[in-house]
Amino acid sequence: MKAVCWFGKGDVRVENVPEPKIINPHDAIIKVSLTAICGSDLHLYDGYMPTMEKGDILGHEFMGEIVEVGREVRNLKKGDRVVVPFPISCGRCYFCQKDMWSLCDNTNPNAWMAEGMYGFAGAAIFGYSHLLGGYAGGQAEYVRVPFADVGHVKIPADLPDEKVLFLSDILPTGYQAAEYCGIQPGDIVAVWGCGPVGQFAIKSAYLLGAEHVIAIDRIPERLRLAETFGGAETLNYEENEDVVEELKQRTGGRGPDACIDAVGLEAHGTGLGIIYDKVKQTLRLETDRPYALRQAIQACCKGGTVSIPGVYAQFADKFPIGSAFAKGLTFKMGQTHVHKYMRPLLERIQKGEIDPSAIISHRIRLDDAPIAYRKFREKEDCHIKIVLKP
Amino acid sequence: MAGEKRGEFKGINAQRTVTVNRPRADVYRFWRDFTNLTFMEHLESVSVKDDKQSHWVAKGPAGKTLEWDAVIVREVENERIEWESIQGSDMISGGLVLFKDAPGERGTEIQVVMVYDPPGGGVGAAFAKLFGENPSQKIREDLRRLKQLLETGEIPTISGQPQG
Ligand SMILES: [Zn+2]
Ligand SMILES: [Zn+2]
Repeated sequence: MKAVCWFGKGDVRVENVPEPKIINPHDAIIKVSLTAICGSDLHLYDGYMPTMEKGDILGHEFMGEIVEVGREVRNLKKGDRVVVPFPISCGRCYFCQKDMWSLCDNTNPNAWMAEGMYGFAGAAIFGYSHLLGGYAGGQAEYVRVPFADVGHVKIPADLPDEKVLFLSDILPTGYQAAEYCGIQPGDIVAVWGCGPVGQFAIKSAYLLGAEHVIAIDRIPERLRLAETFGGAETLNYEENEDVVEELKQRTGGRGPDACIDAVGLEAHGTGLGIIYDKVKQTLRLETDRPYALRQAIQACCKGGTVSIPGVYAQFADKFPIGSAFAKGLTFKMGQTHVHKYMRPLLERIQKGEIDPSAIISHRIRLDDAPIAYRKFREKEDCHIKIVLKP
Repeated sequence: MAGEKRGEFKGINAQRTVTVNRPRADVYRFWRDFTNLTFMEHLESVSVKDDKQSHWVAKGPAGKTLEWDAVIVREVENERIEWESIQGSDMISGGLVLFKDAPGERGTEIQVVMVYDPPGGGVGAAFAKLFGENPSQKIREDLRRLKQLLETGEIPTISGQPQG
């Protein structure tokens, strides 16, 4: 079968590899009908994620048809159409049972590596380094899905792939980020980063009752989408030197009640802070570049919440803890508990409250993945979200 | 067992603890049947002779094995099991496992102490090597497999999957 494989920094190739087979009793094999490149796949492409190995199959956003199930999978059968959550969760451990699926105890075969880096291991993730399990990803014709009996919802035939694919990651990720804000009537929410997660965070903030959402980015196409798709007011940080002050001005001097950092470890930005971060990241003294996060902390209203769906890998410098402390901020963060949101968000899609396919900017064949990665990296032709058809 | 001798003990002594999301009686019952203990990486097999005695076979270097007989010296149902090897075995070994309710609805805490005193010579040295520089880490990995098995019925793996 064909699969998108990682070979090094800036080097992904479509290779011919053997088809996956059932290994464990809770496995299923899925024939992929649609998959996507995620912003966080760029962290791999750019070589920021350790423990990638040459030949690893990429991709954690995918859906398709079940072609085979292991003997312990009783709730799904051949022919069922499913979207696969990106964290692999066992459904039986304490964390899964408490709805904290991405913190699952039991799915990472390389848990010791994650423990070495983070002290604890959470759920494994498809196609996202050996530290996070080493499972082959879904940018391929077929995928083996462990614990397929847990959390997968059958997709009704009348919903096209493009409307439901993003249940695998970015829609729940944006939604969880907004839910973490604990939005109260009258709350103003600011969202850094108008990539796919930011777009869904904006939309979700409104669905959850936000008074108003301010979207911050520098790419005009993304800001435009934040207006048309999300209904947000926009702030281009390349045109506004002092984002923190600008946000205060737009919120009666209070600052946004909640701030969402949908950018993560590869934040772009302007000013001295970003140069400091870039130099340190190049020298590998600092693994993460928390420019957006610093602004979010500085801008946030007293007693407000900073919600962090953007991926951070390890250490961040110049973290304004004093400001966070003085303002009594609450921080909510972490990988998305996708399984928890699958069904409720599917219902919102069915009711027409949200059409996730609106953010798709490019539809290409799996074979063209290497070009897509490069263009996505360079943000040529305003690549917002690329879906791949095997 | 090890307790009295720990002061002079020079072999491998490792201990670790893990929480398993299963009732204490289930976890105890699983462990009490020593034939289930092959989730420990270095064990090839354990066979049970009678209510107290068992025969253990460990994977040694170059296809060799180390064998010993063990006897349960103390047990309290659903609380603790202590065993030690019988004189004349290839290796002096023993273990103590304690079972405790975890607070709230968190299942069972298992605390394990294992001791091995391999014989001298090449086989013993290679066996010691099997445990690596950090035998507690080995026990940690063994307990992780136990937890995975008891909670989900399978041990996660990526061996046998396709790769480019
Ligand atoms: Zn993703
Ligand atoms: Zn779990």
